Amino acid sequence: MVYGIVRLINFAHGDILMVGAYTAVILTTMLGLPFPVVVILVILMCVLFGVVIERVAYKPLRSSPRISSLITAIGVSMLLQNLALLIFSPTPKPYPISFNIKPLTIGGLQIGFTTVLTIAVSALLMVLLQILVAKSRAGKSMRAVSEDYDAAQLMGINVNTTITFTFAIGCALAGIGSILYGLAYPTVSPTLGSLPGLKAFIAAVLGGIGIIPGAMLGGLIMGLAESLTKAYISSQLSDAVVYGILIVVLLFKPSGLLGRRMREKV
Amino acid sequence: MLKVDQLNLYYGAIHALHDIAFHVNEGEIVTLIGANGAGKTSILHALSGLVPCKSGEIIFDNQDVRKVPAHQLVYLGLVQVPEGRRVFSRMSVMENLEMGAFSRKDKDAFDRDYDMVFEHFPRLKERRKQAAGTLSGGEQQMLAMGRALMAKPKLLMMDEPSMGLSPILVQEIFNIIQKINAEGTTVLLVEQNANMALSIAHRAYVLETGDIVKQGAASDLLKDEDVKKAYLGT
Repeated sequence: MVYGIVRLINFAHGDILMVGAYTAVILTTMLGLPFPVVVILVILMCVLFGVVIERVAYKPLRSSPRISSLITAIGVSMLLQNLALLIFSPTPKPYPISFNIKPLTIGGLQIGFTTVLTIAVSALLMVLLQILVAKSRAGKSMRAVSEDYDAAQLMGINVNTTITFTFAIGCALAGIGSILYGLAYPTVSPTLGSLPGLKAFIAAVLGGIGIIPGAMLGGLIMGLAESLTKAYISSQLSDAVVYGILIVVLLFKPSGLLGRRMREKV
Repeated sequence: MLKVDQLNLYYGAIHALHDIAFHVNEGEIVTLIGANGAGKTSILHALSGLVPCKSGEIIFDNQDVRKVPAHQLVYLGLVQVPEGRRVFSRMSVMENLEMGAFSRKDKDAFDRDYDMVFEHFPRLKERRKQAAGTLSGGEQQMLAMGRALMAKPKLLMMDEPSMGLSPILVQEIFNIIQKINAEGTTVLLVEQNANMALSIAHRAYVLETGDIVKQGAASDLLKDEDVKKAYLGT
């Protein structure tokens, strides 16, 4: 989504996830706050980080070549990881929140509660996001800005506010993601975000970048491919298979699975 | 309504506009004509705040707007139809019109204004659910104009509305410009098609490499020997 508007791959997005995870550690372990409060504060913290990063690191580069902001994004990612290393040490910490709810049994299948929660929350957020982008005033400004900065300004849209708002939403989602991730993989380390960040990006490319359901479909396919490879072929080959699928899809449909090739009259 | 004085604009080291001065009175159609690269679009971009000017004064409605950011000018009634239409191609025709009204709060009046736009451009009504990118060039120009009208402009600035259109369509577009003007909107028109522009404008300025070299009533300039030779091809 952020990519759709600023044409910038935010490599630091996964590290926002890490920020969210550490925020949860601090708030729960050290301050002992209850779960709902922690959720809200984690989201706020991620939004704060995202907005500051956008204003300080990306905004000044908006009119420079895209490669500059790309490198800056990688730089921001490294900065966040190393800051976390400095503050929290490389030793992984346990994620402090967990639910002791029995797995659901449907037919002969057992599904963990976290899995169900993750799927439900993601689906709900995807629908909400779709509605926001399609119907709301903010969503329409986002679409206008993503098509044409200058024309959007000529409509009276404040491009800077719109971009900041987009980052804020993206980072709020990363905050929620950090909680779901923590529930599923309960160790927190400074490099926690880099792999999910990369995989999320690949999922987005696979599904069609800038298309919200595309990202979810891409993620689902990647996850399935990974698990099935691990189960039936070899756990070492799982990444190879995932990247293989990506390469094949991009060869035949460069705009991703749900991507439309834009035909525009000039 | 609009008064520009001593306007200077640079692109890097290139001095694109030299001490430009002109004005537009309420109710007029004023046109800026000139060849490619004379600075016509630069003037409109400067007026819309899309490029910063080095010095000068832009007074709109008794207010200096040179340093007002681009997106706020729309709220003052200074609206531009940009060169090359620049419609939002992935949005529907209806959504494009809605974006045009982005600066307005009076939602109740929208329906009446959509009707007004569709009255000027019946073809848009037929295609209102279609993505703007699938429209023909002429339809996109109509949409760009309709979108600008939805902002309730006091001064409508148009950049090359004839570009890439067939002579019949150009005639149609210019008739509509005259109609919009007759209904009370002041128009600043930038055109390479000097013949058409002069035939509907009240006054005109001739631009040459960043300088205004001639000005006067449009009907006089139509008869002016130099203008004839340089821009009218007769």
